[in-house]
Amino acid sequence: MILSLLSDVPPLTPLGGDPTLEDFGKDPWWIVLIKVLAVFVFLVVMTLFTIWYERRVVARMQVRPGPNRHGPFGLLQSLADGLKLAFKEDIMPLKADKIVFFIAPVISTVCAFTAFAIIPFGPMVSMFGVKTPMQLTDIPVAVLLVLACSGMGIYGIVLGGWASGSTYPLLGGLRSSAQLISYEVAMGLSFVAVFMTAGTMSTSGIVAAQAHGGEAFGWLPTPGWFALLLLPSFVIYSISAVGETNRAPFDLPEAESELVGGFHTEYSSLKFALFFLAEYINMVTVSALCTTLFLGGWRAPAPITTVWAGANSGWWPLLWFTIKVLLLLFVFVWLRGTLPRLRYDQFMRFGWKVLIPVNLVWILALAGLKVAQKSSYSTTDKLMFVGVPLAVIILLALFWPAKAEEEPKTVQEQVAERPEGSFPLPPMDLQVPVSPRAKRLTAERETVPASTEKEV
Amino acid sequence: MSLSAYVPIVGLFALAGAFGLFSVAAAPFIGPRRFNKAKLDAYECGIEPTPQPVGGGRFPVKFYLTAMLFIVFDIEIIFLYPWAVSFNMLGVFGFVEMLLFIGTVFVAYAYVWRRGGLDWD
Repeated sequence: MILSLLSDVPPLTPLGGDPTLEDFGKDPWWIVLIKVLAVFVFLVVMTLFTIWYERRVVARMQVRPGPNRHGPFGLLQSLADGLKLAFKEDIMPLKADKIVFFIAPVISTVCAFTAFAIIPFGPMVSMFGVKTPMQLTDIPVAVLLVLACSGMGIYGIVLGGWASGSTYPLLGGLRSSAQLISYEVAMGLSFVAVFMTAGTMSTSGIVAAQAHGGEAFGWLPTPGWFALLLLPSFVIYSISAVGETNRAPFDLPEAESELVGGFHTEYSSLKFALFFLAEYINMVTVSALCTTLFLGGWRAPAPITTVWAGANSGWWPLLWFTIKVLLLLFVFVWLRGTLPRLRYDQFMRFGWKVLIPVNLVWILALAGLKVAQKSSYSTTDKLMFVGVPLAVIILLALFWPAKAEEEPKTVQEQVAERPEGSFPLPPMDLQVPVSPRAKRLTAERETVPASTEKEV
Repeated sequence: MSLSAYVPIVGLFALAGAFGLFSVAAAPFIGPRRFNKAKLDAYECGIEPTPQPVGGGRFPVKFYLTAMLFIVFDIEIIFLYPWAVSFNMLGVFGFVEMLLFIGTVFVAYAYVWRRGGLDWD
């Protein structure tokens, strides 16, 4: 029956080729099942690995060994932690909203898993004799799915914080949601340049669009990675991805010094484990999305492909993809090991007042550049296209009326401004006499003979 | 392109949902259960928990403002995506249209900025 279904559809892309949207949605049900299970297992294993990886790397940065007891190199540490969590008491606080408290970690987890459905792992491969793309599925609005899932994932956090019926989780949940939606705007805007250049929102299409580099100035070969072509978008995406995943230095929802543990303070046992799982899956997802949109996806980097032509066929792309994701995860850990936490107002100011306007201006500049490139206008007209708006923006920025900084008042002015009936002030040139006790102590110290002092 | 490409997403959603629900439901049965009144109180670093206001109480209006601003910019993004995907087909007309649209949003943005809507405190 499967064969008859396959016979009247247009031929699929050959093995090793870039899958197109036509290649999706044609797998028999058991292939879909295998792929779903594979993605699920990949994410769980990646989470267990990433927790260990983070602890090891951060430990190395702090000159200590890190977990090294369970299994080779301590690799089974996170599995042991997970089992330990499962055998801990599941506490439901008296004040908690029972149903919402119960469902919030599930929302977080489900959204985290689902977002990974459209991440491409590789080209067309043969799976048990069936030709299929190495990707769970792809849809024309694939990247929107990731944004939708990260948007829905916020519900898990804010509801979890609210349902705990406790002060710190509530504050943590509110903070977290404000942070996530702020940086989601920056993240969403950073995708626009990618869609403009690739001309599609499907992830397999975006990977295919990065396959071939152009030539700068007619002779210099450039790689097709959008990270290089669209550097500002890449930078903005990377920053907002750290904000989106609540990672250091943007881990304000979990600022221990202010909020205990943030939204999951009241959670314990497997419910806590689910939140933990969701956080790490989100980290893997943003890294995988970064790989897909900006770092050429599953394709091997340029020096490998020139030496070895078969690097991009078969199951090898899975390796390149995983390496790229692990490198990005390393950057996450590196940031955590290096930077101190930001203050909340600094963090929000950065998101709203820097990332968003820079992003919008960049999109417009890119659009202008592309229009000028394609059109048949002469060089002077093209310069006008780009130069005049740029000049206007620069002039506006230069002459934008800035708030005049007030001169700090001197002490005399502050004293003169005090209203009538204020408390009397001590004289400004007051000399505090040394107390008799301090005098005596000083005198005692000085009487000690210098010879009894030990040389250190 | 049929809807069948969406089926695997539902599959992953269902599997993750089953996993999550199973974990949450199984947790009380796997772990121990020892009653302790203090354990069920809200955690506040060991002190007596602050009485919670009825109905969740009040929270700073800043969070509400942020949510409103998010909606404004999210809708802008939703307009930008289809434009970006079909950018190569739209040409100069599409560029000018988007220039006008983003210009309009920028006016609102500048207004919010000057009124202090983007300052946290």
